[in-house]
Amino acid sequence: MSDGITVSNLAVSYYGNNVLNDINFNFDTGKLIGIIGPNGAGKSTLIKAMLGLIPREKGEILVEGMPLNNIRKKIAYVPQRSNIDWDFPIIVKDTVLLGTYPKLGLFKRPGKEQKEFAMHCLEKVGMKDFAKNQIGELSGGQQQRVFLARALAQKAEYFFLDEPFVGIDVTSEKIIIDILKDLRDKGKTIFVVHHDLSKVKKYFDSLLLINKELISAGSVDNVFQPQHMERAYNMPFGTTGLGVGV
Amino acid sequence: MNYQFLQKAFITSVMVGIICGVIGCFIVLRGLALMGDAISHAVLPGVAISYILGINYFYGAVVSGVLTAFGIGMISQNSRVKSDSSIGIVFSAAFALGIILITTAKSATDLTQILFGNILSVRTTDMWMTIIIGAIVLLVIVLFYKELLVSSFDETMAAAYGLKIRLIHYSLMFLLTLVTVASLQTVGVILVVSMLITPASTAYLLTNRLSIMIMLAAFFGAISAVIGLYFSFLKDWPSGPVIALATTGFFVLAFLFSPKQGILFRKFRSRRKAAA
Repeated sequence: MSDGITVSNLAVSYYGNNVLNDINFNFDTGKLIGIIGPNGAGKSTLIKAMLGLIPREKGEILVEGMPLNNIRKKIAYVPQRSNIDWDFPIIVKDTVLLGTYPKLGLFKRPGKEQKEFAMHCLEKVGMKDFAKNQIGELSGGQQQRVFLARALAQKAEYFFLDEPFVGIDVTSEKIIIDILKDLRDKGKTIFVVHHDLSKVKKYFDSLLLINKELISAGSVDNVFQPQHMERAYNMPFGTTGLGVGV
Repeated sequence: MNYQFLQKAFITSVMVGIICGVIGCFIVLRGLALMGDAISHAVLPGVAISYILGINYFYGAVVSGVLTAFGIGMISQNSRVKSDSSIGIVFSAAFALGIILITTAKSATDLTQILFGNILSVRTTDMWMTIIIGAIVLLVIVLFYKELLVSSFDETMAAAYGLKIRLIHYSLMFLLTLVTVASLQTVGVILVVSMLITPASTAYLLTNRLSIMIMLAAFFGAISAVIGLYFSFLKDWPSGPVIALATTGFFVLAFLFSPKQGILFRKFRSRRKAAA
């Protein structure tokens, strides 16, 4: 299969402890995939290992039939908000401009074209009025939108978002999910580590359910079923329980 | 009276102020202040060995600095000793070794000058070395500004799109070593850290843009260096300590009076908000 993302035999250890084991899945392009599972399941670890940001024990990640390293310029990663230094001397529009760096390459500076495109991405997330604010001055939802704008500025094909909906306001959440769905409709592939089970059916067309190992992967209807959820969460899920977030 | 020595001292100290300010911004933002302190102290055995071998102190100092950076990295990556401890371990050992070597090889006066600086005794060769190092450092910062910015702000994004994070870190440590060596005569080994950290921290309180922070840091570094030169000449004080105090003076002003970050204005603003 030369389309989409294929992960085979992925295993990650941390100081001799297995945190992820025997992960195998494949998704075609043009999907909005939610990564769900209990706390400590290894959801963030999974995407970091896929992107080579942390070392893996074993496993292979192929994108469009090639090792991920070959197509890094097509990947955008939106980190957990807790991992950013909000006191860094950088303003909103320059943060978005960072998204243009991968395609610029060494020695080239962002020019008028890049700056205009960055402003355009900023406008798409509704944050144009905050262009000159230092990033620490924004609310959680505003910060998340700015980082999504940065990812848009990368013109990536594959997006990885780590818990983007934690602690953000309703407006920002709607703006973000609408943009993600729009990207998916345009054929992009998006992985979202989701921090809980709310709105899973509303947001995603596919799911990766993990708890240190892969419980189930595939369409949301196939994965979001009591038998899988009980296995993953180690507790009973009546069908009414799964009414949460339908 | 021939004032050429003053001219050389002036050019050298301004250059040192500028490059310490510029590199200092990255040291401060990347949380490497302790590392900066360590590298600057750790060049001492290299200087001592250069003197013993009769070669220019530049070579020994650079080797010593680079070995220290690697030694520190090696300890914290291959054991559970945390990075601040491994910094303390390696640099105090290096510094101690350097003190012993210098004491056996040179006089006490020379040791004082190496430790605390003596800008007035700068020779033409030293001045040119500082200028060349300065040109190299500034050129690298300009050429690789984007990579330095993104890897300092969001290392994960940088790694994700393919930047070599470790290479950037060790290159920065190498530049830091060069800057330390260039600053030896102006500020001395012990207080180079003040030139690296304080002007950059002052600038940090005054702006929200890295490019402006770098220029302000260079400015405060240069002015502090000139103030140090002035008092060195006037009062025959070692230049390092005066410069350190000058940088601190500017920092205190920014700490109190910065429009956005200074505590005076913040207290004023919160009182107004409470009253409203």
